[in-house]
Amino acid sequence: MKFFGTKLTCQKGDKLVFENLDFSVQSGNILILTGKNGSGKTSLLRIMAGLAFPSKGYLSWNDGSVKQEPEKHKMRLNFVGHLNAIKSFLSVQENLTFWAQTRGKNITDVHSVLVKFELDRLASISSQHLSSGQSRKLALARLLLCNTPLWLLDEPTVALDQGSIINLEKIISVHCQNGGMAVIATNINLNFPGSKQLNLHDFSPGNQMAKPFVQ
Amino acid sequence: MKNFFLLIKREIKLAFRQIGDSGLVVTFFVLAIIFFPIGLGPEPALLSKIGPGIIWVTALLAAIISFERLFASDYDDGTLEQLALSDTPIGLISLTKALAHWVTTGFPITITAPIVSILYQMPEKGYLVLITTLALGTPTISLIGTVGAALTLGAQRGRVLLALLVLPLMLPILILGTSATDAAIAETSWESNLLLMGALFLGTLVITPLATTAALRLALE
Repeated sequence: MKFFGTKLTCQKGDKLVFENLDFSVQSGNILILTGKNGSGKTSLLRIMAGLAFPSKGYLSWNDGSVKQEPEKHKMRLNFVGHLNAIKSFLSVQENLTFWAQTRGKNITDVHSVLVKFELDRLASISSQHLSSGQSRKLALARLLLCNTPLWLLDEPTVALDQGSIINLEKIISVHCQNGGMAVIATNINLNFPGSKQLNLHDFSPGNQMAKPFVQ
Repeated sequence: MKNFFLLIKREIKLAFRQIGDSGLVVTFFVLAIIFFPIGLGPEPALLSKIGPGIIWVTALLAAIISFERLFASDYDDGTLEQLALSDTPIGLISLTKALAHWVTTGFPITITAPIVSILYQMPEKGYLVLITTLALGTPTISLIGTVGAALTLGAQRGRVLLALLVLPLMLPILILGTSATDAAIAETSWESNLLLMGALFLGTLVITPLATTAALRLALE
């Protein structure tokens, strides 16, 4: 499995966010997106997820164009953005069960997912009583609900404590060892030996030094 | 289709956990209707004449104040983008929203309308037709509301814009609904109005999910 983008350009209103960006991830790869605030990490992830569209360039999955098969692409990915998609009026368990049901296939036991994210003891409490770190973990717990190869994570560690960050790193590593792939936008250093880095600063307009992959 | 029922179940569950929201809308409807006779004075001939019109206009206004939250809470907390990434078509999501909106506002308004219209001393002949037109018209209102709410999602001062957008679209329903009730009171033919309202409902049922899908995609980008 290979997911790559060619000559991607992102424009927001009048502002050019990045241009001529190439990236590629394969089974087992982790791609870390770095770059200053506003360099387009979130924009790139939303383009990868198919929520937004590049003004130029295209995305490909293996040999097929993503644009040709948007419905198929949705089923290959799992996106955790800035927003946690948690309904405060539902309990922790109810929130997760809903997402498990919408994804339909490959539902592993919701409870075992809660255990993996150390949320099992909170299962029956209302989500409005969660701390921001716990809410983040609940959002990340959606990742394990179905077997999608591509994980797109936007600042997944925000509000997480040290132990939870290590736990998350472990979960992402296991996913990649099993043939999955992950693209992670982050401002902190995550411990993934052998991961690729993509600094979006290199693709900001007027800074075309073109050094795509720094190993 | 499985996801359709799943979404409806969730919408209804959420609506009941925040029952106060729809309770407020119905309370607004009842209060506004009570205020008119107090302001206009207790004159039976006048009140029975303006009754159907006031009930219909108030129902429209009550629906409009509740449109804003149709997609806004799902948009703000990220649920909408996650739903857009699931295999549920966005058009189906908007239909479940319209249905949940009708269950929590249109339906309670339809059943409280005959009770509060006692204040207007409406002739008995009008009641059944009034309820029928409300039952037929309020789902159309909810459907039109989804388009307005989707278009104004993320816009500043979206609430006022939303009202301005959807009010003109609701004019046909208002005209058909009130004239059917008036016709029933005057003992002339009202059936054709109901048929037209049914046609309007079916038309919006087909068109609005398409419009909402386009608007929501833009809002999510």
